[in-house]
Amino acid sequence: MYSAKVMDHFANPRNVGEIENADGIGEVGNPKCGDIMKMFLKIDGGVITDVRFKTFGCGAAIATSSIATEMIKGKSIDDALKLTNKAVVEALDGLPPVKLHCSVLAEQAVKAALADYYRRQGVDPEPIVGKLEEDCHACSCEE
Amino acid sequence: MSNTIYVDNAATTPVSKPVLDAMTPYFCEAYGNPSSIFYSVGAAAGEALAAAREKAAKALGCNAAELFFTSCGSEADNWAIKGTARKFARQGKKHLITSSVEHHAVLHSMQALEREGFEVTYLPVDAEGFVSPAEVEAAIRPDTALVTIMFANNEIGTIQPIEEIGSICRRHGVWFHTDAVQAVGAVPVHCHTLPIDMLSLSAHKFNGPKGVGALYVRKGILPLNFMDGGAQERGRRAGTENVAGIVGLATALEIAVNGLAEKRAHLTEMRDHVLAHIRSMPQVKINGPLDGAKRLPNNVNASFTAAEGESLLLMLDMRGICASSGSACASGSLDPSHVLLAIGLPHEIAHCSLRFSFGVQNTMEDAKAVCAALDEIVPAVRARSPLWHA
Repeated sequence: MYSAKVMDHFANPRNVGEIENADGIGEVGNPKCGDIMKMFLKIDGGVITDVRFKTFGCGAAIATSSIATEMIKGKSIDDALKLTNKAVVEALDGLPPVKLHCSVLAEQAVKAALADYYRRQGVDPEPIVGKLEEDCHACSCEE
Repeated sequence: MSNTIYVDNAATTPVSKPVLDAMTPYFCEAYGNPSSIFYSVGAAAGEALAAAREKAAKALGCNAAELFFTSCGSEADNWAIKGTARKFARQGKKHLITSSVEHHAVLHSMQALEREGFEVTYLPVDAEGFVSPAEVEAAIRPDTALVTIMFANNEIGTIQPIEEIGSICRRHGVWFHTDAVQAVGAVPVHCHTLPIDMLSLSAHKFNGPKGVGALYVRKGILPLNFMDGGAQERGRRAGTENVAGIVGLATALEIAVNGLAEKRAHLTEMRDHVLAHIRSMPQVKINGPLDGAKRLPNNVNASFTAAEGESLLLMLDMRGICASSGSACASGSLDPSHVLLAIGLPHEIAHCSLRFSFGVQNTMEDAKAVCAALDEIVPAVRARSPLWHA
């Protein structure tokens, strides 16, 4: 059901772990829905010098987290903010339709970590990062 | 496939060689329509059909005239439930009773009937998945048309108190149906010694072919027809009979029932080995009955805190092990299994569940391989999880 690229990132996820003294930490998702992504950023001079993640979730959740870290590592904050779920899906050679929400979570996790970075700088993140739809807004599970 | 360890036998089982051999002649040799009895290829098919019915009835402890072949277990469930509901609706009885842990063939039939104006009581289950017979009795009303409670649960292996529930129904004069798809061929099921009016079964769960099932309908019980057409199955289920499939069902059933004691002992040994191993692991929960006698002999179901089910399944598959998860993530729904939620598991634990179901073809080596794989993959998945705190 998954592309070879997804399975590669699932079997050998890149940048798993946590960063002590991270400059920004973002967590999105909900254990009720079966997906939580936590993203840790190290930022130096506007550049993401290191990124790590921990994800509770299915194969697609692991793979989207993994590839999202690759796509933003070494990039400027501005470039990272341009990361879209569509780009994540394309980089993975596609996802099954029911798993598309995982790519949304990956995009949101990056944005949530950057919002946290700005908050720590005393800067309101909303004009820069946009309004974050935390929780699993793309998910159909009910209360 | 040679390195595959298939431990998802509650999903389906491989067809055994004697079953395949018994079926083969009915494709290209005795290919006649069993209703065409005036020439030999038809007569041969007709005779095979009659012999298969006798054989299957003997294995189930009922009369051949009480057994009706269908296309699958789901059809048998649909027929029993909708055929009974619509029959009694004519007498103003439009209430049905079932449990919250039934197979979707039952639950979705009930939902379809609710849309037609029927009222359905979904009984809760306890933490091990048991329906309370007292609650069945309390739910019965003057307008109750049918009680349907599964014999054994496909996900967590709970074997229901069928005899008690059936006796209550009989005392109240309410028809009782049981979905025995997981039970037949795994535990003793004897239709005439149990107070059961209708029972569904499916061949592919006991090393028979897919695409054939049966409904036992006790003499004197007459649900409305579900499939209208020709006079097959004594006018109660139309459609040219799947002769090869029915021969396969009967052969597989006879083999399973004749060797049942041995089969149960073999399955139980593998099940208990894996259950004991899982119990020794940190932060796990066994789902389903702890009393082995009240659990299907092939069923293992457990939750591994903070390790998501689909990730576990993918890692098992990378080691050649085919199992099943309770996360339902792969099935198109994001909700975890309704059975795991019904026994009271929180969503986040239900998402972390695996089911292993053994079959006659498995060995203790397979069971040990499952344990060894769990020791590797559960910590590996947890290491990636933000929810894991050792």
